[in-house]
Parts: sequence; C-alpha cells; structure tokens
Amino acid sequence: MLKSRREIIALAVLGLTLALAFVFTPPVLAQQPTPSDDQVNAIAHQLYCPVCENVPLDVCPTQACAQWRELIREKLAAGWSEQQIKNYFVAQYGERVLAAPPRRGLNWLVYILPPLFILGGVYLVYRVLRGSRPAGAAATPLSPPPATPQPLSPDDEYLRRVEEELRKREQA
Amino acid sequence: MLANFGFGVLVITFLLSLYGIGAAVWGIHRKSPTWVDSARAAMMLTWPLITLSALSLIVLLLTNQFQVNFVYQVTSRSMPLYLKITALWGGQEGSLVFWSWLMSSFASAVTLRKWERDREFLPWVIIVALVTLTFFLGLVIFVENPFARYWQTPGGQTIIAMIPPAGATALIPPDGNGLNPLLRHPGMIAHPPMLYLGFVSFVIPYSFAIAALVTGRTDDRWIRLTRRWTLVAWLFLSIGLVLGMRWAYDVLGWGGYWGWDPVEIAALMPWLSGTAFLHSVMIQEKRGLMKRWNMILIILTYDLVIFGTFLTRSGVLSSVHAFAQSSIGPLFFGFIGLTFIISLALLLYRWNDLRSEGEMNSLLSRESLFLLNNLLFMSILAVCFWGVIYPLISELFTGQKVTVGPPFYQSTTGPLFAGLLLLMGIAPLSAWGHSSMKLLGRHILKPLVFSLVLLAVAAFWLKVTLWAALLGFWLVAFVGSVTLYEYGRAVLARRRATRENLLAALWHLAARNRRRYGGYIIHLGVIMMALGVIGIDMFQTQTQGTLKQGQSLQLDGYTITYNSLAVFDTNDNRNVARAVVSVSKDGRFLAELHPRRDYYYESQQPMTIPGLRTTLADDIYVILVDWQPISAQGATFKVYHNPLVLWMWLGGIVFILGTLVAAWPEPDPEAAIERVKRRATAPARA
Repeated sequence: MLKSRREIIALAVLGLTLALAFVFTPPVLAQQPTPSDDQVNAIAHQLYCPVCENVPLDVCPTQACAQWRELIREKLAAGWSEQQIKNYFVAQYGERVLAAPPRRGLNWLVYILPPLFILGGVYLVYRVLRGSRPAGAAATPLSPPPATPQPLSPDDEYLRRVEEELRKREQA
Repeated sequence: MLANFGFGVLVITFLLSLYGIGAAVWGIHRKSPTWVDSARAAMMLTWPLITLSALSLIVLLLTNQFQVNFVYQVTSRSMPLYLKITALWGGQEGSLVFWSWLMSSFASAVTLRKWERDREFLPWVIIVALVTLTFFLGLVIFVENPFARYWQTPGGQTIIAMIPPAGATALIPPDGNGLNPLLRHPGMIAHPPMLYLGFVSFVIPYSFAIAALVTGRTDDRWIRLTRRWTLVAWLFLSIGLVLGMRWAYDVLGWGGYWGWDPVEIAALMPWLSGTAFLHSVMIQEKRGLMKRWNMILIILTYDLVIFGTFLTRSGVLSSVHAFAQSSIGPLFFGFIGLTFIISLALLLYRWNDLRSEGEMNSLLSRESLFLLNNLLFMSILAVCFWGVIYPLISELFTGQKVTVGPPFYQSTTGPLFAGLLLLMGIAPLSAWGHSSMKLLGRHILKPLVFSLVLLAVAAFWLKVTLWAALLGFWLVAFVGSVTLYEYGRAVLARRRATRENLLAALWHLAARNRRRYGGYIIHLGVIMMALGVIGIDMFQTQTQGTLKQGQSLQLDGYTITYNSLAVFDTNDNRNVARAVVSVSKDGRFLAELHPRRDYYYESQQPMTIPGLRTTLADDIYVILVDWQPISAQGATFKVYHNPLVLWMWLGGIVFILGTLVAAWPEPDPEAAIERVKRRATAPARA
C-alpha cells in the first residue's frame, strides 16, 4: 500500500520515466533486417559473373557466384548503396562485370557508331527514293508507273539492251 | 579399323572435290561439256562417300570405341542409344563432318536437276559448292579429326593421333566423358541440325549469284532458280533459332529465352540479312530494281553463315557455348576474308550490268516499303555486329575487357523491331509501282480502327499503363487486323465470283498465290511471337526465397508452396534432387511442379530443370536453387512469372506452316502445257 503522497509522486515519476524511456529509445538495438534474396538479385542482375563469360550474376549457378551474391548481401546489410556495390565489383574485377561498357574513352564508340550507321542508311534510302533528281525537287507521292517493261525472258533482255543502245545513240 | 576406314574415305572425298574444282575450271576454259559433266559426277560422288564416313563415325559412337578421342569426349556407356547418335554434333569434330555432309547433300541435290536451260551456271555452282566443301573437309582432315585415337608411346606419354608413332600401343579408356548435360534435351538434339541446315542451304543461292556475276547473266534468272532454296534455308534457320530459344528457356534456368550472347547473335545475323534478302529479291523480280543490293545481301549472308559457324566453333568469343574451343579461328577468318574480297571484286566487275531498270518514285509503294524494311534489318544487323565485335576491339586496343550486354541491344534494336512490325502492317495494303496516302488510307481505316478498339479493351481490362507495352500491343493488333482483313477481302471477292464455301475459297486463294498468302501466314506467326516477346520482356516478375517444408512464396497473386524434396541416384549416372511444389491462385490449386537439379557424375556438371506450368496467359517457372541435405533447414526456390510466353512457341509453329504454304511447289506450267497437248493429240482411245 502506498504510504504517503511523496511515495505516490516517486512512483509516478518512475513510471513516467520508464514509459518515456521506452518511447524515446532509438531502435538501434535491433539489427538491420537481412536483405532478401530479391534485393540481392536486383543488384546481381545488373552485374556479370567475373569469371564465366556472358552469364549474369543472378543466374550463374557456380559456387563462386553464390559466394559473390552473399558478398552483395553482406554489403547491403552494412548499408552500402547499389552504386557503391557496383563500383566495388568494378574495382575488384574490372569493367567486364558491368552489363554495358561505361561511357568513357574508346567506349563512346559503342554508343555513337550504331546511330551514325543508321543515319547513313537513312541517307542512302533517301537518295534511292529521290532517284537521281536534283536535291530540292519535291517528291511527288503520285506518279505514273515506269514506262520500261520488265524483261520476261533472256530474249527480252537483249531487246532491252538494244533499245537502250539506240536511245543512247539518239541522245548522243 | 573402322576409324582408319572413315578417315581414308574422307581423304578420298577431299581429293575428289579438289578434282571436281579442277575439272569444272578446265571445262569452262576449254568450253568442254564433257569436263563439266565429269565435275558434276565428282560432285555427286562426294555424297555417298561422306555418308560412309559419317556412318563409320556414328558406328564408332554407338559401339563405345573410347580409344577414339571424339567418342571419348562426347559419349559414355550409360548414355541411351538416341543420344549417342546425336552426339555426332555434340562436339567440334563431329559437327564439322555433319556440316560437310549437309553441304554435299544440297550441292548434289542441286546438280541432280535438269540443266538444259541454264547450262552456263552449272560449272560455277559446282565450283562454289566444292570450294566450300573442300574448306570444311580440309578443316576436318588436317585440324579437327574425329577419327584420331589415343596412343601410349614407349616413353609412357599419351598422345592423340591418326597414325601412331613407332612402338606405340593403343590406349583404350574404360568409359567416356559423356555428352555435356546441357545438350541432353530434345530441343538441343534438333537445334544444331536445323541451324546447320539453314546455314548450308544459303550456300546454294550464293553459288548461283556468283555464277550469275561471272557469266554475266545478271537478270533475275538466278533469283527465280533459287527462290525455293532461299525460302527453305530461311525456314530452317528460323526453326533453329526458335528451338535454341526454347532450349535456353527450358534448360538454362534464367527464366528467359535470349541472353544476347555472342553465339546467339552469330546465328541471328545471317537470319537478319537472309530475311532482308527474301524481301528484297521480290523488288528485283517485280520492278527490276535493287540488283546490286541483292548481290551484296547474298554475299553478306554467305559470309555471315561462315562467320556464324566460325563463332560457334572457334571459341574466339566464348560464351555459354564455350564447350567448343580450338585453333581453327585463323583458318575460318582467312576463308571468310578471301571469299568476301573475291565476291566483291566480281560484283564490281559487273557493276554496270546491274543497273536498275527504273526508279522508285512513290514513297508508299510496296518497293519503297520493302526498302525501308531492308534499312531496318540492316540497322539491327549493324548493331548486333558492332556489339559482338566491340569487346574484341576493346581488348585489342585498351587491354580492357568489357561486356556488351542486353541493355545495349534491347534499347537499340527495340525501336527498330517495332518499326518492322509497323511496316508489316502497312506493306500488304500498298501496291507495286505506286501508292498514295489516299489509296492506303481507304484500306487502312477499318483495320486501324479495329486495332485501336482492341488496344483500348486490352489496356482497360489488363490495366496496362507501360507506354512501350501499349505501343507493342497496338502494333500486334494492327498487323493482325490488316493481314486478316486482306485475306478476308480476297476470300469474299472470290466467293462472290465462284460461289465456293469459305474453306474452299481459303484453300484456292492460297493455292493460287502461295507466296503472298504464305507470307501473310508467316507474318501472323511473327506477331504471335511478338506478343510473347512483349509479355515476357516487359512484364516478367520474379522472386526468390528460402522455404521450410509447407511454407510458400507469393508472386503476382500466385502462391508457390514447398511440399517435399527427394535426393537420389539414377541408373544413367546422375544424382537428382527433385522438389515437389504446388502452385495455387486465390486459394485454388492449379498444378504440382517438379523443379530439379541433376548432377552428372562423369562430367561433374550440374543442370537445373525448372518446373513449368504453362497457359496461354502466362507461365509459372520454378527453379530449385539450393537445398540443405538435412531437410530441416529448407530449400531455396526462384520463381518467375512470364506472361504470354506460350504465344512465342505457337507463333513459331504458325511460322513453319506459313513457310510450307509459300514454298509449296506450284504446278510446272510447261508440264501442264505438255499434258494438255498430249490429251488434245490423242483421240478417243477408250
């Protein structure tokens, strides 16, 4: 039984302090939850096995790759970011662990040459479609079918060449 | 004994093909049909000889002759019979023998036909085919000999040789290594032969193209003669690629079907130029345009075919296929370089004879759309080639190895493939010669509206918001609508004219214009495959977790529960860990799956086989990643949810049907005329 008012106050203060202690204690006592397999795989998916050729790290079945995935798990648990983990692997095993060559130096060619080539192709197609007309002439979407008949057999082929020769002579 | 016989026959074949080349050249030089006929006979004789050699190799494989190096490498006592036969293409040396056998078969088939009309092509076709054959036979005889055996020298050394050094005794291992476990799958049994069939068949149109260039017959005769070969070659290459995708899906355990691996790309590249070629030759046939370009395309396809074989076989760019490594790289490279330079030189020689017979003056005509089609295919080819070559260049110039992986290929080729789909929708509506927005517009309206309606339904029902997926679905719906609309219009028109029933009208239409309607069916197959690709590439989800017995993983509404695990040895020398999992959705049981891990003792290689539940809507794909031997701890599973994947395989089948329709022989008009004449001149004989 509570003896006096002082004891009641002391008890209340104790109770309040304990309550506040529970409320304000930061949860630093609890460990970081272990990163799930999915979190590990999300990063491993963007990396390539450093020893087996062209096998992504998340599907590689070898023991070595399993250990590398555990390494990713440890680093995630220690609070490393995705970029930090990737940089670590690059520093350890070289740029081949990345899925695409990093954009610097000679590697710029990887990203620049294909679009250039495609543009070159587009230009060639443009030239063919415009025919040999001078640049600037508008392309007419409607035009009569060409007058030259198709060669039906080797004989017609000769005929066509004779016609062409005659035409050349006429123009000369 | 049999090994010596097999090797001896191969050497004779090699000498015979050299003779054939010489006889053909001499026959051309002396304008002597006798010498050309002799070359033709030599060509056809190579076939029974190579068959004998290949059969000897197969017999060696079947009878466990492990003193032969190749037999040791790819078979073992515990392998079933059918696998021992297919082991012929399970290794480097046997594959090259198989390639040579196919080359001889096709070249003989071509030289069998009647040659009255195109006699001047014959010697050159023989020469090109025999040069290719000689190259591969040379590789087998001098570098990659499947008949070489193990010997023990008096000094105790083990060597592999055809002819033993003095005093050496034969060494006979008690058992073989066994076929690589990855190759013991039905898809893998058919995949190499199909690819090789495709590769080798493309040599035939190429040889006719060279013949046309040399003889000056630069009209489209060479194209018409090889039209069916090209289509069949393209079909086999396509089947080979689809089988490879199915194999990767079933056996490699990535949950995917294409990894943008250098060897996959090596087989894709000739397919890309081959498909461009298939379309582009139609421009030459209809309008007499693009003659030089067609030559360039077929030369490119030939060299890409050899390059593809080279990449798979030489291990220069190693990958998942890295079980084939050897020193034949430089030889292949030299052959490709030489043939490329000579072919280009011939093309330049005939450059002026290949002038176009007109112009493309209508942007929306079928020939311009085919030209755009070619542009897109060539762009994809350029991207692929560059991505495959760049790691070598980087290593050469900077010493730094890099990986050019899926992100590069997907972001660059994705839009290009989408463009091709769009063209597939517009081209059937356009006409040869000229077309206009008005003309196209009239016919495009109904399919366009229909496809937009389908898209809206799909988007709302399936709650799709990803814009790339929406675009993809619309393209699929659009192409499907246009193709079916074109077919439907033609069928209705025919019915009005002939009053046939629907099925008869469909049949007769296709029979009358096999190439067009076969082509439409192939395009339908392509969009079915595109549907599968969109589903798995854009909507795949996965999860992984370690489960105790009775626990479950959740993915997209599916529940995958781990029931039990059994580990046992089988009688064909492997250790199997087999898990039982059940798949349910919304509380309803759907299927029991058995993902397992096979470990092959002989080759010390593991293989994961997923448990697969397939429906039209999606696949549930479960892999057993790991397990603890004492079952208390549990097992680790990886689960993939792959929407729409089944459409890929169904599309592949439709593809094949379409090509059969397109390639089906049409009744020979000359034979029909003969028949009519005979009937007319033979009075009532009844």
